[in-house]
Amino acid sequence: MNRLVIKGGRVVDPAQNLDGFYNIYVMGGRVASIKKAEADTSEVGEGVDVVDASGLLVVPGFIDAHVHLREPGYEYKEDIETGSKAAAAGGFTGVMCMANTRPVNDNESVTKFILKRAEGQPVKVYPVGAVTQGQKGEKLTEMGELRAAGCVAVSDDGVPVVDPGLMRRALEYSNSFNMPVITHAEDKCLVGQGSMNEGFVATRLGLKGIPNAAEDTMVARDISLAELTGCRLHVAHVSTRGAVELIRAAKARGVKVTAEATPHHLALTDEAVAGYSTNAKMNPPLRAREDVEALRAGLKDGTIDCIATDHAPHASIEKDVEFDKAANGIIGLETAFSVLYGLVEEGALTLTEVVRAMSNGPARAFKLEGGRLSVGTPADIAIFDLEKKWIVEPGKLKSKSKNSPWLGKELKGVCVKTIKGGAIVHSRG
Amino acid sequence: MRLKRKDLLGIEELSREELELILSTAASFKEVSEREIKKVPTLRGKTVINLFYEPSTRTRTSFEIAAKRMSADAVNISVSTSSVVKGETLRDTARNLEAMRPDCIVVRHASSGTPHMLAGYVGCSVVNAGDGSHEHPSQALLDMLTVKERKGTLEGLKIAIIGDIAHSRVARSNIYGFTKMGSSVTVAGPPTMLPIGMEKLGCKVTSNVEEAISGADVVMMLRIQMERQSESFFPTVREYSRFYGLDERKLRKAKEDVIILHPGPINRGVEISSEVADGRYSLILDQVTNGVAVRMAIFYLLLGAAKEEQA
Repeated sequence: MNRLVIKGGRVVDPAQNLDGFYNIYVMGGRVASIKKAEADTSEVGEGVDVVDASGLLVVPGFIDAHVHLREPGYEYKEDIETGSKAAAAGGFTGVMCMANTRPVNDNESVTKFILKRAEGQPVKVYPVGAVTQGQKGEKLTEMGELRAAGCVAVSDDGVPVVDPGLMRRALEYSNSFNMPVITHAEDKCLVGQGSMNEGFVATRLGLKGIPNAAEDTMVARDISLAELTGCRLHVAHVSTRGAVELIRAAKARGVKVTAEATPHHLALTDEAVAGYSTNAKMNPPLRAREDVEALRAGLKDGTIDCIATDHAPHASIEKDVEFDKAANGIIGLETAFSVLYGLVEEGALTLTEVVRAMSNGPARAFKLEGGRLSVGTPADIAIFDLEKKWIVEPGKLKSKSKNSPWLGKELKGVCVKTIKGGAIVHSRG
Repeated sequence: MRLKRKDLLGIEELSREELELILSTAASFKEVSEREIKKVPTLRGKTVINLFYEPSTRTRTSFEIAAKRMSADAVNISVSTSSVVKGETLRDTARNLEAMRPDCIVVRHASSGTPHMLAGYVGCSVVNAGDGSHEHPSQALLDMLTVKERKGTLEGLKIAIIGDIAHSRVARSNIYGFTKMGSSVTVAGPPTMLPIGMEKLGCKVTSNVEEAISGADVVMMLRIQMERQSESFFPTVREYSRFYGLDERKLRKAKEDVIILHPGPINRGVEISSEVADGRYSLILDQVTNGVAVRMAIFYLLLGAAKEEQA
């Protein structure tokens, strides 16, 4: 039975309203006790490992509700092992992996394969099953079996469920197995050939735009359906001010809706596309300043429950190509916290807001264990050095793919240790 | 004199002084094309690759002739597919071409920004011969040269650009160019083809063609792509022609000495009536002639003048 004490760190655990200096005692993979550091006179016993966290930040291990691990099928971009290592390096101890693999995770054998491959990896992998068979938007998947095999939610992420009648059935049916539907809210007709946010920057660059309405209309539809059915809906990667307002109003009416935003949509605007950087191309696209402000306000007032990276690894052949032909998406696991800590330093968000949205937020939205450091919970913990700076370089990243808009940039805040179930799974000096 | 830049990617980033330098250099090169032996040795030993990912007759030929009249060796590469379809990254394409040691790559591509990406990958000069809906700098320069020849100056002129503004690289480059040179530019077209924020480029925007033409010194008509009809940008060619096409009647709103430009190829009877296209105001063929001179100037100012200064 492993025993561990993390001593002297600044512990921020929003689920318990904790922000102070505490020693965390771990036994049998779970949090055994938390003691105020200054009042803690207990002797460290024989065989207890000590992690000196003085000067460091100690938080619940992060849970990412939206990653693409690409296995099975696209192992040249990422696999479950490299994706898990990237997650651990970013302070995550749990990730929810999307179903758009090849084959699609639309049946229990794929779910079981993913979980088999995730055994022994440094983070917990929670598969998300598809809503429809082959993500084709035609027939529901066998959601009961997906749940039994280990899926925690269903989503056709990457493509919207176009048929509203089918979406209604999906909400009703998945709800009986205690899984929310994660909506990729996008009206493809309004998107057309768009490759970035519609607005002045797109006009200047001569790129076709994607209007906010492409997201707003689908969020409005899906909220209506969640309201109609009384079932749980989770809105993936919210990017528009309109969607934030719709979700806020729905929550006020008691609709069971939760939502996530990505670090890049919280940090960057469509100006990042200038120069035709394909690492600033994603779906939904980077939006205008007003949208970024609305997302931050939504995070502050609880409209946005989680920060999820939408970690989307792509190889060079998909990114070092013409802008409008380049694949959508960026990697995010290893930069997420540092990018968000940059927003904390700017005063745009507080540390508590960031940590809550990366730990307790997703744990509550998807009813997952963890996301907090109370006694008896799994000892999933991340430790950061907030003073340390690092430059995002391809060679430093654990992910197989290097498609990050922060390549070459200096960020502040390094994950020095990640602990899963009381075991140190990532360590960096 | 020379351009203190490696590449010519757009008009947006050029200063008025740079525009004036290119225009005056082009004017001085016009005479070469009138000689019996249409060739100067200035760029002997230089290699220019014309890399065209989009079909083009006029622009490619114009760049080729310009290079040859300057004694550079011009090689044409036509590629019908994007790098994605070929399964090769743009970076790889660029590095392979560069390994053959060209001095300049002229690139035309249907995707906006491709010349900019290429320019970042190679050490030689890159000239944008039209990228998607973004810029077409040599076209704008030849338009400016054509207008300047006829009007004497670009200062204070009223320019109307009519048609599919959203998808037009010619419109964007000309808005930058003419406004930098002191003209005022109004763009007009169906609202479906007027993208958000166009006015922030420094032009006036209207969906009323007659309003744009009213009092204009120059009317520039843009080619309408027939496939836009199936994308519902306008209902029918017939209706487009009636409300947004240029005919004698609409043209009466312009100044007496108005001139008509069109980047070509023209759709007769669609965006421009034949009587206007062939009429006395039309400088469409002068544009083509000036295209060669402008491209000679571009090559000279990017590849040639530097050497002379060193010598």
